[in-house]
Amino acid sequence: MVQLTLPKNSRVQKGRHHAAPAGSGKTKTFKVYRYDPEGTENPRWDTYDVDIDNCGPMVLDVLIHIKNTIDPTLAFRRSCREGVCGSCAMNIGGRNTLACTHGHADEPGHECSIAPLPSMPVVKDLIPDLTMFYAQYASIEPWLHTTTPEPQKEWIQSPQDREKLDGLYECILCACCTTSCPSYWWNGDKYLGPATLLHAYRWLIDSRDEATGERLDALEDPFKLYRCHTIMNCAQVCPKGLNPAKAIAEIKKTLAERVV
Amino acid sequence: MENYRTPLRRARGLGSAKHGVGHWLAERVTSVALVPLVLWAVFGVITLAGTDYYGAVAWISQPLNAVLMVLLTAVSFLHMHAGMRVIVEDYIHTTLSKSALLLLNLFVCALMGSLAVFSILKVALGGA
Repeated sequence: MVQLTLPKNSRVQKGRHHAAPAGSGKTKTFKVYRYDPEGTENPRWDTYDVDIDNCGPMVLDVLIHIKNTIDPTLAFRRSCREGVCGSCAMNIGGRNTLACTHGHADEPGHECSIAPLPSMPVVKDLIPDLTMFYAQYASIEPWLHTTTPEPQKEWIQSPQDREKLDGLYECILCACCTTSCPSYWWNGDKYLGPATLLHAYRWLIDSRDEATGERLDALEDPFKLYRCHTIMNCAQVCPKGLNPAKAIAEIKKTLAERVV
Repeated sequence: MENYRTPLRRARGLGSAKHGVGHWLAERVTSVALVPLVLWAVFGVITLAGTDYYGAVAWISQPLNAVLMVLLTAVSFLHMHAGMRVIVEDYIHTTLSKSALLLLNLFVCALMGSLAVFSILKVALGGA
């Protein structure tokens, strides 16, 4: 009924320690989650003493420094290194965020943990499998739905209606919010999660979209939408400062508006 | 992966139940109703302090007090049923234990609520 012990692969063991080379400046220890699902070993925490005087200011700089100079076997995703692509989303110091916009000096203490996004299957080390996350996003059909024949030029929108998309369109789908949500941890197979629901609201509120009713029908479900219990982890961790919980509350309000 | 189903097929699952807003509204309506009802009940208990059994029976026999007490009990059990249901849906994932617990929740809340309402009416109508 309820699983009280962790499955085998969730028991994380103590791993290897990589000391800083002689002649290093100020060091900080980074505790990094390592796992290769194709191997037979359980996950482990490797620790790296990093010479932060000879390393950039962000956690992503630390990871690149580790990969380049200490341990080339470490696997992680990164691309834009400026908070636009969402590739380097991971759990740093117990909190989901983007490694590229999070300074290692912001992590208090001498040791900082770095783990993959929680609750997702791990492809390797810090790389989570986001297949279901993307499929859930696709399931809300995140594009303009119209029946009216396409206009000669663009679909027009007033500046006031365009403003309604602010705080929604900026989402980069990094999955920090969705994987920080306890409701998503317990019911991730059915609950759409904060990122997908924020995008669902982005299309509901778009003045050019003509499928609002159908979109609401598709969302009105005890699991797809109503597993949100306003825990607010999503708003707390969003590296873009967005508030998915508010968008979800707006969807619930719109659904209530339909019946009363 | 899972029987070669595509990720989108798994994400869509059985589709939308097209219901849920009623439950959501009921949770909120019962919460709002409980605020004045609980305040009234606390006030009532305070006024009864120092009264004997017969004084309390006389108090509950007044129509307004009896009706409010019945409402407080009924709304509390409805609210409890809704809350327990959400907990079961959140944490229990096997169909059999989930269905069993949802049924148990419904039956226990219905039984306890009905017993409580009946008891209040019995006292209020002078049967006790």
